[in-house]
Amino acid sequence: MEPDFYTLQGFMTHVKGVIYVLMAGGLVGIPLFWKFLAGRDEKKRTY
Amino acid sequence: MAGEHPTGQRGLFTPFNVVAGIILLAGGVLTVMRFTGGLAAVTALDDNNPWGLWIGFDLLCGVALAAGGYVTSAGAYIFGLKRFHAAVRPAILTAFLGYALVVLALHYDVGRPWRLPYPIFVSPGPTSLLFEVGLCVFLYLTVLFIEVTPAAFEWLKLTRLRALVVKLTLVLTIFGVVLSTLHQSSLGALFLIAPGKLHPLWYSGYLPVFFFVSSIFAGMSMVIFEGTLAHKYLHHKMDEAHKAGTLNVVLSFGKAAAFVMAGYFYIKIIGLAADDNWHYLATGWGLWYLLELFGFVAFPAFLYALGVREKNVRTIRVASLFAVLGVVLNRLNVSVIAFNWHLPLSQWYVPSIYEVGTSVFIVTLGIVAYKFAATHMPILHGHPDFEYEH
Repeated sequence: MEPDFYTLQGFMTHVKGVIYVLMAGGLVGIPLFWKFLAGRDEKKRTY
Repeated sequence: MAGEHPTGQRGLFTPFNVVAGIILLAGGVLTVMRFTGGLAAVTALDDNNPWGLWIGFDLLCGVALAAGGYVTSAGAYIFGLKRFHAAVRPAILTAFLGYALVVLALHYDVGRPWRLPYPIFVSPGPTSLLFEVGLCVFLYLTVLFIEVTPAAFEWLKLTRLRALVVKLTLVLTIFGVVLSTLHQSSLGALFLIAPGKLHPLWYSGYLPVFFFVSSIFAGMSMVIFEGTLAHKYLHHKMDEAHKAGTLNVVLSFGKAAAFVMAGYFYIKIIGLAADDNWHYLATGWGLWYLLELFGFVAFPAFLYALGVREKNVRTIRVASLFAVLGVVLNRLNVSVIAFNWHLPLSQWYVPSIYEVGTSVFIVTLGIVAYKFAATHMPILHGHPDFEYEH
């Protein structure tokens, strides 16, 4: 069920809140995807 | 083999030539119909849908899938990734043909081809996004033409001209990346003017970002896909250096495409959240949107990642096909399918058979031109008289 918004601030607070949660998900998800993607690459010595 | 001469050379009437010849002949008839009878004679366009298949497929998909030119040349010349060298010439050729055919297709849509220079030289509208797109496509097509000339000069043995153009490579590459960044995003921005017409699931303030980011993996996927076809049908034209470099290109581009697609998937979700469009997902349009997002973005991204992990070229090539289809679906959704979504079914735009025929004609023209260039010019192999540097 979609929440009702009576003010722009109410809408923005809701939308921004969801985006912050998604950002946290991305911070975890994208490195995990990279690990899956590059996990079997040969390690390169950079020193 | 059918059409094979005793000397090993193929005759004129190969299955490819016959089919392509029939399509080109039909295209010639359609061209006459279009330019003598006007848009009404060959299209289903109307006041509600002034942009149809020719803009949605030929132009938007053509530009997105031609992005392999700037992506590959940027990798090889700006980022110094020499291992992509084998992919540069085929990618530049594909991009040049792609853009040339975009301009050709635009003539069919706009008409009066002799007025093509007007928006740039006679009556420019510098506050319009279309002006920016037109200017960028005009300049980038010129850049691509110059970039593709070294192969033609090697073929024609014009050594001095080739040497002159080769010196411009880095400048042209930078120019190409700047112009592509500008107009790939602007093509998405064109639709920002129609928030009431485009379905909210596809409409977003981030449309320019979506178009630009998707063009990056569209270009990489097209390089892999086109390389697959070249390996299948033009294998005999490839030298050892090209064959050796291909595996590297497929694995590296597959890896990059997987990561960019994951990022694209993520920003598409952010776009949904930013406009609070979640409730549309439970509708028929939502299912169609989810099919595009999961079936043609998330799935190929996962396939790419799986292929790169397992070093399985076949999986990566299948992923590239899905990614290319995904970009085509996305551009058609934005410009045709989800555009004017609120109109009653009776007023929906369905392209006429002539429009489809013209698009098939233009794609066939591109395939024939690519085959001609790859057969005669050093595209998939180095020229023996020149070092393999370009």
